[in-house]
Amino acid sequence: MTKTITLAQGNGGEENNELIKKVFYKAFKNEILERSEDAAVIGNLAMTTDSFTVSPLFFAGADIGKLAVCGTCNDLAMMGAVPKYLTCSVIIEEGFEVESLERIVESMRAELAINGAVVVSGDTKVVPKGSVDKIFINTTGLGEIVQAGISSNNVSEEDVILINRDIGCHGATIFAAREGMEMSSTLKSDCNSLYPQVKALMDGGIKITAMRDATRGGVAAVLNEWARQSNVCIEVEEEKIPVSDEVKGICEMLGFEATALANEGTFVLAIHKDSAAKALEILKSFEVCAMASRVGEVTQKYPQKVILKSPWGTSRFLETPNGELLPRIC
Amino acid sequence: MGLELKNLYDDFRDADTIKAYAKIIAADALKLPHPINIMEVCGGHTHTIMKYGILQLLPSNIKFVHGPGCPVCIMPKERIDHAYVLSQQANVILVTLGDMIKVPGSNGSLQDARSKGADVRFVYSPLDCLKIAQENPDKTVIFFAIGFETTTPMTAALLDTVIKKDIKNILLHVNHVTVPEPMRALISDSACIIDAFLGPSHVSVISGSKIYEEFPRDWGKPVVVSGFEPVDVMQSISMIVKQFIENRCELEVEYKRAVTREGNLKAQALNDTYFQKVDFRWRGLGDIPQSGMGLKPEYDRYNAEKIYDAILPKEEINDHKLCICGDILKGKASPPQCSIFGTACKPTSPVGSCMVSSEGACSAYYKYGNLV
Amino acid sequence: MCLSIPSKVVKIDLETNTATVDTMGVQRTAGLDLMEEGTVAIGDYVLLHIGFIMNKIDEEDALESLRVYREILDVMDEQERLAAIEESANCPNGGV
Repeated sequence: MTKTITLAQGNGGEENNELIKKVFYKAFKNEILERSEDAAVIGNLAMTTDSFTVSPLFFAGADIGKLAVCGTCNDLAMMGAVPKYLTCSVIIEEGFEVESLERIVESMRAELAINGAVVVSGDTKVVPKGSVDKIFINTTGLGEIVQAGISSNNVSEEDVILINRDIGCHGATIFAAREGMEMSSTLKSDCNSLYPQVKALMDGGIKITAMRDATRGGVAAVLNEWARQSNVCIEVEEEKIPVSDEVKGICEMLGFEATALANEGTFVLAIHKDSAAKALEILKSFEVCAMASRVGEVTQKYPQKVILKSPWGTSRFLETPNGELLPRIC
Repeated sequence: MGLELKNLYDDFRDADTIKAYAKIIAADALKLPHPINIMEVCGGHTHTIMKYGILQLLPSNIKFVHGPGCPVCIMPKERIDHAYVLSQQANVILVTLGDMIKVPGSNGSLQDARSKGADVRFVYSPLDCLKIAQENPDKTVIFFAIGFETTTPMTAALLDTVIKKDIKNILLHVNHVTVPEPMRALISDSACIIDAFLGPSHVSVISGSKIYEEFPRDWGKPVVVSGFEPVDVMQSISMIVKQFIENRCELEVEYKRAVTREGNLKAQALNDTYFQKVDFRWRGLGDIPQSGMGLKPEYDRYNAEKIYDAILPKEEINDHKLCICGDILKGKASPPQCSIFGTACKPTSPVGSCMVSSEGACSAYYKYGNLV
Repeated sequence: MCLSIPSKVVKIDLETNTATVDTMGVQRTAGLDLMEEGTVAIGDYVLLHIGFIMNKIDEEDALESLRVYREILDVMDEQERLAAIEESANCPNGGV
């Protein structure tokens, strides 16, 4: 591991995992933490925390406020929990416009309403100019588990893999919005609260083995985490992975793989094969999930690995993304 | 029937067409007089071959040898150190293209320099330097230019704009290289096992297919200039196999929709205005005369290598003794044969250049996994 | 080498000598410095590399390639059809 912290270590990929394991897990060793789920399970409660440092603050489809609520509520929903109570901690740079802050907070309010959750505690810090990039937000969430046993350690050969919608929208939008990447398209972030979709699945009687929203590191990171934690092989048909034309366009232009791009409203599910058809039907009732798809199955072919199968009969491994996401020149 | 943009992507990735070519190649390969080794020169082709699993579709008597067509991979350490040193200078913004910031030099990579406080930025296009220079009038923007013939004219266009608009704070450190010279160097080596070349797609768009005429003519090596989609590559392999079974040795162009014999003359003229051929030391391959492009002396005032000459390290640095990138670049070995492949040398901790860039042979093998 | 992608020209700005190109719904500005004046028109398919248009895609040649592929597929389909017929003709369980 490097001696100084690098940007790659914040990317949700290999280096990030290494940092967490070698520094944080090492010091904070305990059973709950080591389960490495989206949220910690404590009795019938789920608890999770997340910090939001996205730049730019306002982008097509959302802003840092909406993201801060979705991110944490989604982590709770991914454990089969109803999001109930959030904290909201902000660190604001001196000189930040109050009007922007109000816009952000209004986004948070609207998203909390969708989740049926409330902010019950918070903290506000202001730091000198240059100490943070405009505003950083941390939210911690507490939820009540409605369907227990959802775990990335439980994926088995009885399960099939589903994705709720087209992937890569958030990552592609952020990249396109950054300075120096002047592009325009109808692309927008998929930032969205997932609890309504999860509730619909649970209400429909679907027993979910595992769920995870594909944030930093994208779908590739989630599938690899499951393969490792459950000690299985996940085989995915590349053609079945839903990607919109616009995301494909950005990926072509910059040499990215959509499976490595971050999402904020897209999740991967492992569902018993008998329930898959019904689960897809339920998901497709949501407009944003028009491209929901069954993408793969679980085997023991190469345990702990993820295989991508091409439509012409060849295969390759899908690795956890590593390094900073850099446009390819060649 | 009209052509739509989607056709240019989907139809050249069509599964049935790829399977059809696999059948054709398999049938023809039975008639090959001997097993053949094809070198794909271009990093983009290595990427396509690995990503689409092309090797899994080929019979055992057709093998690929991965060539030195990755401008990041062939960058000698001492020149990476140039970039590092330049990035450390006060009031310098070091700008380069993508992957380049990950390559480790003697003191670390440009990414490391950045985490230690240097102003290092990657851009998608050399033109982005103009904006950076405009927004930072009190700083000097040094563009560390890399790439083969495809990318050289874009650097030339940047310089052209800098001169026409009299921009005072942009300099260039030029590391452009050309394709025919290393091809020649490889096949001059008596141990060379290459029987034919898959010619680069986009170098050829700029330079024209004429630059490969010497290879069938003087060296007896067929060349098929290929597009970079999987159907293109399969069709090109099929064309190479047919040449061998029909006892032909020719330059053919599969990528007809983009490549002509003459190439882009305006781009070539821009190159000729600002650049001249220079000798270049290639990582892994050593000195190859006249294989690089450097700024002409009349543009010294834009040449960061000249201006900062006093502080730039001059010593040539050799690779770690366990690194066999040289042999891999020459096609003498394949990544899994390297003793540190996947262990000490991984994309997160690359020891040699072939692991750094996504088109380096080792990185492509590591990422795309070699389920073969 | 060199990541270069087919795009369609949707707008031309002669003042800045740039074009707006569209790649599957993503639009970007690209420099025209490498193209002779007047050779690029709206509706053209071009190859884009690191922010510059570097050439035009020859539509005729592209369509010709696609025709070749279709022919190959037709021939292969025909061969498979004939092979299937032969197989069933040789089938010991079939025929009168």
